[in-house]
Amino acid sequence: MNHTVSNANAATTHNDRIRVDLQLIADMVEPGTRVLDIGCSDGELLGYLTRTKNVDGRGLEISNEGVRNCVAQGLPVMQGDADRDLGDYPDGAFDYAILSQTLQATHRPKEVLSELLRIGNKAIVSFPNFGHWRARFDLMFRGRMPQNPNLPIMWYETPNIHFCTVRDFVALCAEMNLKIERSMVLNESGSRVSMDSHSGFANFFGNQALFMLSK
Amino acid sequence: MSTAANKDKRPPLPGHHMVLGETDKLRLDSGIEFGPFTLAYQTYGALNADKSNAILVCHALTGDQYVADDVHPITGKEGWWREIVGPGKIIDTDKYFVICSNVIGGCLGSTGPKDINPETGKPWGLDFPVITIADMVRAQTMLIDALGIDTLFAVIGGSMGGMQVLEWCKSYPERVFAAAPIATSFRHSAQNIAFHEVGRQAVMADPDWCGGNYLLEGKKPARGLAVARMTAHITYLSQPALHRKFGRKLQNRGAITYSFDHDFQVESYLRHQGKSFVDRFDANSYLYITRAMDYFDLSIEHDGRLADAFTGCKTRFCIISFSSDWCFTTAESRTLAHALNAASCNVSCVEIESDKGHDAFLLDEPDFHMVLAGFIEGAAESRGLK
Repeated sequence: MNHTVSNANAATTHNDRIRVDLQLIADMVEPGTRVLDIGCSDGELLGYLTRTKNVDGRGLEISNEGVRNCVAQGLPVMQGDADRDLGDYPDGAFDYAILSQTLQATHRPKEVLSELLRIGNKAIVSFPNFGHWRARFDLMFRGRMPQNPNLPIMWYETPNIHFCTVRDFVALCAEMNLKIERSMVLNESGSRVSMDSHSGFANFFGNQALFMLSK
Repeated sequence: MSTAANKDKRPPLPGHHMVLGETDKLRLDSGIEFGPFTLAYQTYGALNADKSNAILVCHALTGDQYVADDVHPITGKEGWWREIVGPGKIIDTDKYFVICSNVIGGCLGSTGPKDINPETGKPWGLDFPVITIADMVRAQTMLIDALGIDTLFAVIGGSMGGMQVLEWCKSYPERVFAAAPIATSFRHSAQNIAFHEVGRQAVMADPDWCGGNYLLEGKKPARGLAVARMTAHITYLSQPALHRKFGRKLQNRGAITYSFDHDFQVESYLRHQGKSFVDRFDANSYLYITRAMDYFDLSIEHDGRLADAFTGCKTRFCIISFSSDWCFTTAESRTLAHALNAASCNVSCVEIESDKGHDAFLLDEPDFHMVLAGFIEGAAESRGLK
């Protein structure tokens, strides 16, 4: 445990590179702002934002191990659950509330979204797109639930319980009167795909989607 | 009033002693103006030029100021947190100036009930005023003032020490840059009060307690205090830890003896714990300090809204709990963390998985040490301490 953490630390400190999809989120964040990273895992994004963008960052993470690893890097993170624990944060406490690859694992995604925009002036949300052609292929031709490098876990073990497509998400934003400030779709390696993310193409070819929302 | 233990035949305890409250007395929560009084304290490392590297370590109920000494002057053992505090350790005395003071009401050099009441010329006994956690902290602020320190880089402590940490942050937030309340809570639970009451009643039921006047009578309520310690000690351990250590193993015998002798190792262990505690602790101090913990509830001044106790607090917190601690549970720590969040405080909250119970904060727990080290290093970086 000690070793993995210090190695990870050393790697990020010496060479500030983070996962491509996290980098795209980081690029959306203005320097010197207040950020809450919900589901911050081992603190990869939070640490990066703290180091390179001078943000006042906080994290919420469900796993004890993730929390330990974050705090051991000096990041302020607490153990908690997006479904249950967002209610404690005061209104407008953050400039950004980030929910990366976590929305689909929440019990009440709609409530979580509205909490994000109560706590944060802007919400940055990324999720796997269930409308991607491979997911459609798996269902249509294999007759099986989708499994791919981004969704590697079998249906009976996956923490992901609320899948949606890009279109579904856009429709929910409309229903909730949320403003989509920015949006993009990412390919399987997490790089940005240059196409209109509201289009049917994006919904077909986008492996992940990334949205910045406001009220 | 001079230092403690005027009637004690032992040589005076080593370390620093500061007489405080000579002009401005200590205002106790009970309304009494108390002083002058003595605080006994130890320091380790050196205060830097701008006095920004001071860490106050707060001790637990039966702890004392000898946090990182090689040899404790009474027990002969190492200081109680030598795992954590020392040169090159997590609280690095090569880098930080570490202060640890015996709480007021204690019995290792700070003024407490075994000392002489200047008005009567006799030991205070139960005439000593009831003290609270806030009183302990107020006394500490007078010491920190006298040392010329404005802001503490960190205040750190476990159990009752953690209560003092929280009291510092509530009452003097601008004087605390970082705070680590460990294995503690913002209030003492009914169960904890109940166990303390059992301990106090054991002391008071000992005929040698003499209504609190045992020093005048030349006696010592050793049996009562030992039972109090035995009971408390069980609460500091978890069921699995106790069973792993002792199981049903017999003590130096092949079979049970059909008597009330200490057949089981766990009995022998508890008797030893009780006995050795009596040698180093004053029974009346035990009553006063347990009472201080019982009275502790940070939410009480704010109609139960704990968050309001920390409004505007800029201190960065790292709350640490242990999964098998049934005195101060993770649930209590989470309640505290949620309140701090609601007050927009900078807070980390970590549960360490351990089966060692409440005492885990004093033991070799690598995950705990990793978390505390990371928190202190991160805070030092923000503070510009190198």
